[in-house]
Amino acid sequence: MLTILFDGIAYGMLLFVLACGLSVTLGLMNFINLAHGAFAMAGGYCTVVLVNRVGVPFWLGLPLAFVITALLGGLFERTLYVHVYARPHLDQVLFTIGLVFMSVAATDYVMGSSQQFVQIPEALQGQFNVFGIGMGRYRLLIIVICGVLTLALQLILSKTRFGSRLRAAVDDQRVARGLGINVGAVFGLTFAFGSGLAGLGGALGAEILGLDPTFPLKYMIYFLIVVTVGGTSSIIGPFLASILLGIGDVAGKYYVPTLGAFVIYAIMIAVLILRPQGLFARSASR
Amino acid sequence: MTQLAGDVASYLKCRARWSPLEIVFWIFAFASIWLFPQKHLILTETAILALFALSLDLIMGYAGIISLGQAAFFGLAGYFSGLVAKYGLINDPVLALICSGLVAAALGFVTSFLVLRGSDLTRLMVTLGVALMLGEIANRYSSLTGGADGLQGVTIAPIFGRFQFDIYGHTGYVYCLTVLFVCFLIARRIVYSPFGLSLRAVKGNALRSAAIAIPVNGRLVTIYTVSAFFAGIAGALLTQTTAFCSLDVLSLDRSADLLLVLIIGGTGYLYGGLIGAVIYKFMQDWIASLTPQYWQFWIGFMLVLIVLVGRERMAGWNEAVRAFLAQLLSRATARKPALGAATPDRH
Amino acid sequence: MAILETKALAKRFGGIVAASDVTLTVEKGARHALIGPNGAGKTTVINLLTGVLKPTAGRIFLEGRDITALDPHQRVRLGMARTFQINQLFLDLTPLESIGLAVSERLGAGADWWRLIGSKAAVTEEIADIVERFRLGDVMYERTGILPYGKQRLLEIALAFACRPRVLLLDEPAAGVPEAERHELLATIAALPADVTVLLIEHDMDLVFSFADRISVLVNGTLFVEGTPADVARDPRVKAIYLGEELDA
Repeated sequence: MLTILFDGIAYGMLLFVLACGLSVTLGLMNFINLAHGAFAMAGGYCTVVLVNRVGVPFWLGLPLAFVITALLGGLFERTLYVHVYARPHLDQVLFTIGLVFMSVAATDYVMGSSQQFVQIPEALQGQFNVFGIGMGRYRLLIIVICGVLTLALQLILSKTRFGSRLRAAVDDQRVARGLGINVGAVFGLTFAFGSGLAGLGGALGAEILGLDPTFPLKYMIYFLIVVTVGGTSSIIGPFLASILLGIGDVAGKYYVPTLGAFVIYAIMIAVLILRPQGLFARSASR
Repeated sequence: MTQLAGDVASYLKCRARWSPLEIVFWIFAFASIWLFPQKHLILTETAILALFALSLDLIMGYAGIISLGQAAFFGLAGYFSGLVAKYGLINDPVLALICSGLVAAALGFVTSFLVLRGSDLTRLMVTLGVALMLGEIANRYSSLTGGADGLQGVTIAPIFGRFQFDIYGHTGYVYCLTVLFVCFLIARRIVYSPFGLSLRAVKGNALRSAAIAIPVNGRLVTIYTVSAFFAGIAGALLTQTTAFCSLDVLSLDRSADLLLVLIIGGTGYLYGGLIGAVIYKFMQDWIASLTPQYWQFWIGFMLVLIVLVGRERMAGWNEAVRAFLAQLLSRATARKPALGAATPDRH
Repeated sequence: MAILETKALAKRFGGIVAASDVTLTVEKGARHALIGPNGAGKTTVINLLTGVLKPTAGRIFLEGRDITALDPHQRVRLGMARTFQINQLFLDLTPLESIGLAVSERLGAGADWWRLIGSKAAVTEEIADIVERFRLGDVMYERTGILPYGKQRLLEIALAFACRPRVLLLDEPAAGVPEAERHELLATIAALPADVTVLLIEHDMDLVFSFADRISVLVNGTLFVEGTPADVARDPRVKAIYLGEELDA
């Protein structure tokens, strides 16, 4: 049972790293980016190519995935996304769904449709046995990396100047602009960073979540659930939501396999009805 | 009745009159049975897509509810009609069709309260969630639904015991077109009624609607249920004409295609779904002949392009084309624009 | 006989008290005005009365019946209608259609889905009647969105009137109306039937003192002074609120 808890936490933290970029862009720019999963997929495939084919060591492959995807995110943001910021939500949804379709088909064309695996170094295979709990080493790595990232994010948000500018812009864009904060630059950097994180998550998660061209479509709903349940006005909200989701999914699939993912969808719908602004969000002032 | 009251009454009533453009449309639609005998299979798909799009137009164009989850009703009815045919529970196709529609309507009614609250974003996500949930269920219970392979062994009895479905799709097309027409007539009646006008009021200003005693939630629940009914009919038609049903009836692709159809055709004047479906099918046919495997790429590309160009701009072109055609056909009378005319989508 | 009453009505938004202990009594047939400086909470009171906001405390009675738990559209059915300070109109519909909606809802024909609009004589006659009364005859076929502001304001009141309310709540009807169009508006308000009770929120003191027979003053969410126009005009505290100084100090 504790193994399940452990697996669930690992899964949840992975989801958090994947989804937190989406949460921030939604809260910051009120922009629904359903193509977020495509950036994760990009990161995953980057790592696959770098580690499996080019021979880059795994430890280097991860940060490279982050950097490459962040650059990709920044590029897309400046060239494409910037045109749809002011559009109604439906347009944004259509736009990003369009991007997803394009990325899925393009990836299928370039990389083929079979599932890809990243070659994990020897040191990360197998598991530790601590107090009778089987802890997969890879999963342990995920927990460590994601935990560190979460702390770093929280610190950046609360202690740095950029963080306070970001929080100001999330709270009220117009006032932030009025204070001289370059909201456009904040958007661009945040979007790039969020996409980079997604890429890192995709690279880390290739082993656990499965990496194939349909990744963005399969996992989009999970990211949406994290954002819905966790709200968009903090880091803690999505974090807790991801853990809840991770444990719920793993435990659900283990104990009640016939229902599977059904449970999570039900949770999302329940939350949306009861508290449209998310379980953990402050009451929305918007 | 005073002179003014008489004027008011005749003004309101004349807007519901069939315009020459509409009559031409339906004459042509039915004539296509004899004009294009080779194309009945694809025309059947077009008719089904048109009905499906009509169902979304009812809630999106008239009541202002954005939904990514119409596929839920489409798929549920699709599987239901397939299952009742496979296991011989309801043999008459028309009866099965109506029952499937009612089942979808029941789901619509039950889930309607989810779309009452919350912003557009919430509605998008909730409707998407419901559709994906159903997809998951269909996947899980593959013993019943056939899972990824689809529902096998479905045979559809002849309509009214006489008209057998054939592989060329002749019976299927006449069947679908007739059902589409009947559903369209019902939708048209609804739209030109006080109920239909109240929907447009709710879409325009829900606060004001409540302030003139319109029970906003009640109206939304009703039209959402009706829309689910039509979507279900469309889904059942697909199963009945192809004797097959698979998981992709519940996929995001289907809901996304639907939005694309409505954007191309325009919302809020009932014909948007129909015209959009025709254009969409032609495009799909053409592109699929070029790149059969990566069709999805071009759909995505089109969505991106359309958004960048701007839906309002496209709606403007749409209206201009329609106005031009209407002018060609009608005499130069000072006709008021049809009641069901597309109003700029404020989404 | 009190047609509209509130008892200790209160509304809090987090730490902000928008209204507290508002106990208001409006007599049947009265022309009652609610005045007060900006931000005093007048629109909040109207929103509470009509059900757009749920009160934190207190009760509301319409013709003796407790309506505190009712939805906005249910209150309209019971005879209480309102206008909005900022026009809330159906911009894409014509005045004819908008009024028609209000009338057919009232007559219980609003949910008819099988009947074509315009086929019920009772409805069309009443539409014609209201259009004449509110001088909208020359614009009734136009899209509401393009009407001049004065006409929109008239339509705003016409819509509320079409609900044939027994209590009509007017939220700053003259707000933003250009001088040229004011006369028409004020004449229309003055011509409202005597059996319709009117609760008026207004800043325009000329309108208030010429129209009202009773005035309540709302300050910082509480009722401050209440009485006849003459009493209120004389009251030094009211002068102090509006002019910011004591007259005899």
